[in-house]
Formats: sequence, structure tokens, C-alpha cells
Amino acid sequence: MAEAVMIVGATSAIARATAAAFAALGHDIYLAGRNADELTRIAADLAIRYQVRAHWGIFVAEDLTSHAAFFNQAMAEMGEMRGVVLAMGMLGDQQAARDFPLGAEVIMVNFTAAASILSHSANYLEARKQGFIIGISSVAGDRGRQSNYPYGAAKAGLSAYLQGLRNRLSHSNVRVITVKPGFVDTAMTYGMAGLFLVASPQYMGERIVRAVNKSADVVYLPWFWRYIMLIIKTIPEAIFKKLKL
Amino acid sequence: MNKLNQPLSGWGRYPVQTCATSRPERYQDLQASSTTQIARGQGRSYGDAALGETVILTERVNRMLAFDSTAGTLRAEAGVTLAEVLEVIVPQGWFLPVTPGTRFVSLGGCVAADVHGKNHHHDGAFSQHIIALELILADGAKVACSATENAALFWATVGGMGLTGIIGEVSLRLIPITSPYMQVRHYAAANLTGVFALFDNAALDDAYSVAWIDSLATGKSLGRSVLMTGHHADAADLPSVMRPAAKSTLSMPFDLPAFVLNPWTVKAFNQFYYSREGHKTQPFFAHYSDYFYPLDGIAHWNRLYGKSGFVQYQCVIPTAGAFAAVTALLEKLAASRRPSFLAVLKKLGAQNQGLLSFPLAGYTLALDIPMRDAGVLALTRELDAIVLAHGGRVYLAKDALLTAQTFRIMYPRHAEWLRIKQAVDPDGRFASSMSQRLDLGVQHG
Ligand SMILES: Cc1cc2nc3c(=O)[nH]c(=O)nc-3n(C[C@H](O)[C@H](O)[C@H](O)COP(=O)(O)OP(=O)(O)OC[C@H]3O[C@@H](n4cnc5c(N)ncnc54)[C@H](O)[C@@H]3O)c2cc1C
Ligand SMILES: NC(=O)c1ccc[n+]([C@@H]2O[C@H](COP(=O)([O-])OP(=O)(O)OC[C@H]3O[C@@H](n4cnc5c(N)ncnc54)[C@H](OP(=O)(O)O)[C@@H]3O)[C@@H](O)[C@H]2O)c1
Repeated sequence: MAEAVMIVGATSAIARATAAAFAALGHDIYLAGRNADELTRIAADLAIRYQVRAHWGIFVAEDLTSHAAFFNQAMAEMGEMRGVVLAMGMLGDQQAARDFPLGAEVIMVNFTAAASILSHSANYLEARKQGFIIGISSVAGDRGRQSNYPYGAAKAGLSAYLQGLRNRLSHSNVRVITVKPGFVDTAMTYGMAGLFLVASPQYMGERIVRAVNKSADVVYLPWFWRYIMLIIKTIPEAIFKKLKL
Repeated sequence: MNKLNQPLSGWGRYPVQTCATSRPERYQDLQASSTTQIARGQGRSYGDAALGETVILTERVNRMLAFDSTAGTLRAEAGVTLAEVLEVIVPQGWFLPVTPGTRFVSLGGCVAADVHGKNHHHDGAFSQHIIALELILADGAKVACSATENAALFWATVGGMGLTGIIGEVSLRLIPITSPYMQVRHYAAANLTGVFALFDNAALDDAYSVAWIDSLATGKSLGRSVLMTGHHADAADLPSVMRPAAKSTLSMPFDLPAFVLNPWTVKAFNQFYYSREGHKTQPFFAHYSDYFYPLDGIAHWNRLYGKSGFVQYQCVIPTAGAFAAVTALLEKLAASRRPSFLAVLKKLGAQNQGLLSFPLAGYTLALDIPMRDAGVLALTRELDAIVLAHGGRVYLAKDALLTAQTFRIMYPRHAEWLRIKQAVDPDGRFASSMSQRLDLGVQHG
């Protein structure tokens, strides 16, 4: 068996497809999430389909002080860990999240708690001098927009955090990959108006796993989002602020 | 849960209906809401069984939960497809106890339609291999049911077309195999008398059997067919080099214009098929996917019938009247000059206790009929009359056209079924376009 991969936010459809793609390569899987029933089901499924070891643990995102112990417990169960995929994220009601404290929850889940678990992962992998961290951020973090800036701001923070980690860990042979999905067909977006060019979770999983052995540091999925965002980023602020986006 | 409005249809692409859909990803979200709803698996039923006001898509609730490779049992969520199950179990020496002619169906769909396979005459329908189900009722309760636990609810749910609740989990007994190959043998029959004689010949009988019928042959050749029998090949009997399964890379990229499938082209194809397949009189080996799922190799083959879709007319006639009825049905179809690309005849075994289960001891005939004009409805009414006259019934998993009145005669236990429906779903939360058409709802007032 190949070394284990930890998936944080393992109950998301993107996470499940990513776990499946790693398991198909023979990696054991450690699932981190907050829903014991779902985690049990997903772990059983991975073990049956791919004949790998699939364990899970309850990860309480908001309880930052618990993260170190959580990480160590996972390590103890799995032996060594090859890498960590962060898929946890929360879109929620972005209209409501303009106001605090709900806005703080969005920042907590997408940024603070995410950075916290990544910090433990980084320390571990840095010491091992190998492995990878994959953080699922979002194109929403590339430019703040009135329709979802609480989420976008938190994802922008996550992108910058990953960028910093990449700089730090490049000296220790650890890959840090920032994934920026456009629209993915998951529970987060199902039935939402105005979606276009929607990618499947399976596509995401395959591409995310493939990115480990490629050189790109920031991966837009599907690739054309890089150019869509390039255009959006080049609109002068004086004009952008007047758009209804 | 967020909803998405989208046009849906069954495999026959008739009728098409815009439905509000929800798509739970977590098992706890597989629940009835206060609207009327119906669960949907892979949409491989042909008509309106998986259409309704609100449709719950179960495709993401598809985890395998326990596989005992020693005992040969599997427990999985109902959204798992047979294709996914086969990928796991075949390499470990197990096979499905019953399989329909496509593997792109969900476990839930197999239970709800109580599907039958080419081995029905020996092994019965899908329900007879179920260890237990977890059924999610209208009030949110999750109940285990099986032939021994909550048996009445179990026999109302198998074949119950999703109307008793949402099937959440299915536990199944598998059958052992030693290779993924089948040992197959074909027998040509010049006409219907010939093929009935073949079906009745115990010496030719095998674990699986089905006959392809040339639905355009008339007169002395009426019912011209090829009987195809087979069983799981023993690994020891296989030659050292076996051909792997045919790779399925074909797809129908667009709707075939209606004129392509006409009586002449279908006739030519049938002639070709009859002489090619009818000549395989020596036993041969075939990969299970080529044997059980010949059409799965062509994605979207339902586009073959053009934009307006098609109906599949499948009926079963009790043995006594089967020959007369099948003769009359084929004559009626041939006279209508509607080319049925696919026509299949199969002998079925005894019926089970499923209140709405389709199979009964006799012969089942399945015909694809393109939905080209209103004449199709008149034709199926005439076919219904023949089936009724011989004590037969039409298969709900294929149906889009039956009337409530005809349905009630064909399924004499429907009243018993309705009483159970009333008890478990008093507010009629589970309803489909089919249940409305066939009056399979809760009676108010
Ligand atoms: C090429 C082809 C060959 C076929 N061959 C055969 C055959 O040989 N024998 C045979 O018996 N059938 C056969 N069928 C029919 C098919 O097996 C059935 O229609 C089956 O029900 C389809 O499963 P599905 O997952 O696509 O269900 P759907 O079509 O999505 O739904 C069918 C019914 O099941 C219900 N249902 C689905 N999932 C659930 C759930 N989780 N809980 C509650 N209700 C649910 C729906 O409400 C609906 O009433 C064939 C179909 C095709 C397209
Ligand atoms: N779908 C898209 O179009 C899209 C686009 C860009 C980026 N993304 C990103 O892709 C990732 C996966 O999202 P998805 O689309 O698969 O959506 P999803 O199904 O909503 O997944 C979100 C995941 O985060 C977890 N989570 C949310 N809040 C949490 C909390 N407070 N504590 C612990 N875990 C929490 C969820 O766990 P529970 O199951 O317990 O709720 C779930 O595992 C997210 O980071 C998302 O931001 C998605």
C-alpha cells in the first residue's frame, strides 16, 4: 500500500472523488469531517472499491486547540502520511454572511480553521522533507464581488496562506498546490441560478490527483478559468465597482 | 434542500416532463419532504415511473457499505449501480443473483421494479435474493424489511415502483462464479412453434435463456427466432487465451432521423442477425458483459428511435394461453408496420409474493415501438386487449400508456397493495406520474 493521504472536509463530493482517485492508486485514506455517519459510509465504500485502508476521525473545525491532537491521532492510526488535501469549505447564504457574526463563521471555516489544520500538516511534512499539501480554494478568491465577498475574502486569504506555505516548504521538498475550481456540480451549487461550464466532481478528483505529479503550483479547474479570471482581474477597479457581479 | 427544475424522461424518452429535482449527497438527506415526490435511480425504466412533481435523484447516495467476500453478501446504498457492484464482486468470484439486460441501473430501481433476468425460470426475481432493505417512510422512520421482517411492507415495496417509500439500503445474496465468462449456445427456430418447442425442451435448458425474435417475419415464419442459452463458465473449461470484453466506446451522438428505422431496414437487419446468430450452434465462450449487456456498449442507444422516443411494450402471458397470445401480438405488430428493432421472448418461472411484481409462470414478450404518431396508443390498446384476454399483464417498469382500469385487472392484488400504501403513506407523499395515471395513490375522503 502507498502511504496515506488525509482528506479534510471528506464529506464533500469533490473530496469523495479525490479520495477515490488517490485510493485507486493504492493510497490508504484518512477522512476528516464532522459527520460520523457519512464518514463511516464513505470509508466503507473506499475500502470495498479500492481495497485500501480507510479510516476517519471527527474534526471540529471551530475548535482550533483540538487540531494538533486530531492530527497526531490520525498519524498514529495511519503510520506515515504522504499528503493532505483540504476540501472543507462553506458557502452558506452569502447575503446573510454580509453581517456578523455569520460572516465570521464563513471566515472561520474557509480560512482560520483551514489555515490551522494546514499549519500542523506543514510542520509534519516539513520535518519529513517530502509529500504534498493540496488546498482547494476558489476562483471567488481572485476578486471580491458584491455577491459573495465574505466567502471570496476567506478564499483569498486561503490562497495567500497556501502561497506562503509553498514558499516556505519549497526548501523542504514539499509540494503545495492551490486548486481554484470554477463551478463544480456538488451540493454547494445544486439548483443555483447562473451556473455555467459546470465540472463534475469526478473530473475534479482526477485532475487534483494528477496535479501532484505535475509542476503547476496554482491549478485552475477546468483550465479555462485561469483565462476567465485573468480577464476579470484586469478590469479596472473604477469600472469593476460599478458592475453587478 | 436546493431544487433544480429540469426536463426528465425514462429510457424511452416518452413522456418528457419538467420536474423539480433534489439530489441528496448525504444519507440523512434521503428523506421525504412535505411535497409529493418519487425516488429515481438511473432512469432506465422506460416510461413515467420515475417522473413526478418532485423527483429525488438517488445517484449520489451510492456507497457500498459491506462486502463479505467469503459468504458472498453485499450491503450498499440504493443509488449504487449494478455496473459498480460488478466491478467489485466479479474479480473476487461473485456475481449478481439476478440482472436485467443493462447494468446501468441502480439497486433501488432493481428492488422497486422487482426485476427479472434470463434466469427467472430457475432463480426467480430480484426480491428473492434480498436479505433485507432499509426503507425510509413518509414520516421519516427508517424500517428494516425482508421476507421475514415486516414482510407485508417488503412484498409491497418490491415491485412497488417507489411508492411505499425511499429504498435507502439493500443487502443482497450473491452467487459464486469461477470466471467472468459465460458458456453460450444458440439455437435457431424457423417460427414461433419452433421456439416454444426449444423453450420446452428440458435437454436444452440452461441457467440462463432468452430468445431474440424477428418481429417483422410473417406467415409461416412468424416468430422466427434465435434462442440463446448460457451458464457461468467454469474457469477450468476456458481456453488459455480468452478474448477480453468488447470495449464500449460507441455512442449515439445524435437522434437518428425517423426514416432510418423503417420496415425495410429493420427487416434487412433482422435477416442478417438471424442468419449470423442462428448459426452459432456450437457452444462458445462470451464475456459476461457481452452476454448480459449487449446494448450497454452503445451509450445513448435510445436515440436510435429518434427525437419522439419509443415505448417498450412488455407483457407476460400465463403458459396455457401463451402461444396463442404471442401469435396474436406478433401478428398485430407486423400488421401495424411498425418496425420493432428489439423483440425478445423469454420463459418465466413461478410468481413470487410481490403484490405488484410482474413475473408469473408463462412467457414474456418485449417489443420496442417507436412513438411516431398517435396510432401507437391505439396499437397498444389492441395489444392490451390480447394480453387481458389471456390473463396476462404488462410490466410497469416499461409502461407509459396503460389505463388505470386495465392495470387493475392485470394486477389482481392491487387492492391489498393499496391498503399497505394507505397505512405507510397516509398523506400520499410518494407519487409519480405513473401512480397518478394508474390510480395508485392514497384515496382521500
Ligand atoms: C436496455 C434495458 C434492458 C432492460 N432489461 C430488463 C430486464 O431484462 N428485466 C427487467 O426486469 N427489467 C429490465 N429493464 C428495466 C430496468 O431494469 C428497470 O426499469 C429498473 O427499475 C431500472 O432501474 P433504475 O435505477 O434506472 O430506476 P429508475 O428508472 O430511475 O426508476 C424505476 C422505478 O424504481 C423506483 N426507484 C428507483 N430507485 C429507488 C429508490 N432508491 N427508492 C425507491 N424507489 C426507487 C422509481 O421510483 C421508479 O418507480 C431494462 C431496461 C433497459 C433500459
Ligand atoms: N462547488 C463549487 O462550485 C466550488 C467552487 C469553488 C470551490 N469549491 C470548494 O470546493 C470545496 C468542496 O466543496 P463542495 O462543492 O464539495 O461543497 P460541500 O459539499 O458543501 O462541501 C463542503 C465540505 O466542507 C465541510 N464543512 C463545511 N462547514 C464545516 C464546518 N463548520 N466544520 C467542518 N466541516 C465543514 C462539509 O462538511 P459537512 O458534510 O459535514 O457539511 C463538507 O465536507 C470547498 O472548499 C469549496 O469552497 C467548490
